[in-house]
Amino acid sequence: MHDVVVLGVGMHPFGRFGAKSAIDMGADAIRLALADAGITWQDVQFAFGGSFEVDNPDAVLGRVGRTGIPFMDVYNGCATAATALELTADGIRSGKFEIGVAVGMDKHPTGAFTSDPVHYAAPSWYGAAGLFLTTKFFGMKINRYMHEHGISHQTLARVAAKNYENGVLNPNAFRRKALSEEQIMASPMLNYPLRHYMFCTPDEGAAAVVLCRADVAKKYTTDPIFLRATALRTRLAGAYEVHTSSALSEDQPAATVFASKAAYESAGIGPEDVDVVQLQDTDAGSEIIHMAENGFCKDGEQEQMLADGDTKIGGRLPINTDGGLIASGEPIGASGLRQIHELVLQLRGRAGERQIPGTPKVGYSQLYGAPGTAGVSIISR
Amino acid sequence: MVSTSVPFAEDVFTWPSDRPQLIGCRCGECNAVFFPMQPSCGQCGSLAMEQELLPTTGTIWAWTTQEFLPKEPYEGGETPETFKGYGVGVIDLDGVVRVEARLTESDPEKLKFGGKVELAIVPFRTDGDTEIVSFAFKPV
Repeated sequence: MHDVVVLGVGMHPFGRFGAKSAIDMGADAIRLALADAGITWQDVQFAFGGSFEVDNPDAVLGRVGRTGIPFMDVYNGCATAATALELTADGIRSGKFEIGVAVGMDKHPTGAFTSDPVHYAAPSWYGAAGLFLTTKFFGMKINRYMHEHGISHQTLARVAAKNYENGVLNPNAFRRKALSEEQIMASPMLNYPLRHYMFCTPDEGAAAVVLCRADVAKKYTTDPIFLRATALRTRLAGAYEVHTSSALSEDQPAATVFASKAAYESAGIGPEDVDVVQLQDTDAGSEIIHMAENGFCKDGEQEQMLADGDTKIGGRLPINTDGGLIASGEPIGASGLRQIHELVLQLRGRAGERQIPGTPKVGYSQLYGAPGTAGVSIISR
Repeated sequence: MVSTSVPFAEDVFTWPSDRPQLIGCRCGECNAVFFPMQPSCGQCGSLAMEQELLPTTGTIWAWTTQEFLPKEPYEGGETPETFKGYGVGVIDLDGVVRVEARLTESDPEKLKFGGKVELAIVPFRTDGDTEIVSFAFKPV
């Protein structure tokens, strides 16, 4: 199996952009990634494009060049971008291709996501009854977690405040205003214990990465960043997950736990080796739970870690240095490639005002979403 | 119990009934239990699913509140002006299965992990003169 290098990254800012289409944002992200890689679209042999709102992300070919290459469209909930990344990496690992692009783009209407519950194998009445809400799942999961592991409401506020603070330093972020813990705690309760400013919002944006076979990448770079592992996992019948009307009586771990273990094993890297982290912070509670589910602490240790500022940009384990989903919002198709974009900038030492200290060598990213799908990617120098 | 009220959906709970129960199913192959009925097993994929009426009592495994009016396909009929938040929980039905349901209580001060609850058939909305009922769990 061939090693894979992340040769270039590009990103269209996340936010609201009037009439600009998701396709045009995707094209901008691809152009930036190509320029970063030092190649042209004519060098790209295949691509995967991810989106929720755009039926055919491959329509971006009409903006970057209809070269006739295989371009495959994927959707996999909030793990869409991790899926596009894994499939692109697999195309190179297998020896079939040398250079490929993974791109994600989206342009969501305002407000929480909704759909028809039957498409989630949930009963048709699930939505009618007022149960078909992702936000109430996240409220329920963190409420139980706080009860079991002694996490306080203030720690939720600390996570959100940190991510807004990081967003101020990120020109690509949607929310670029710092909010104090007091302001966050004073915002309306949406799903106990989660308040308005503790949630991310769907928005618009795009991100792209160029992947290249490691031996071929020597032609383009002397300082490669390797994609060391990608792993995707789905839920078990005993895990209480998004949009499930029932779960087995005996609880089982969430999909993230299995994706994380698989990625660490495949990379030969452990959580103690990781220097900078991107976690799915759909809400402040998710970031707290995901810290433990991805092996960065034991259950309950988050309380002290947040109090000590461990996960801030200057802390011992910086998490969501670009503001995460809370400051960036979530264009579903692009979200996980934003994570890779940020990790690559941090490993290169080119993250500007939000650059973490030292010489980070390993970056870790995790996505999680309905109906219980997780994706983990690990990159390293 | 004599009632003219109508369930908000078919095959969710026994109705009318003196002792209504949620209608679930059990897998004949791996014994997994689900709610509501489904045509095949969510654990092993077997088609050998048998209907099973579920326990009417249980404990609160997890809970939250829903404090904003859900978008469609919600059919509660409230407006942003009339909407009142409701509680939602995952109820462990006496170790048989965990089910998601609305709670009759939405005050965080009154909701306890491990607290005992029982099934209640509650008014959901009205359709002309007809009362539409749904299921919820009520702290006991």
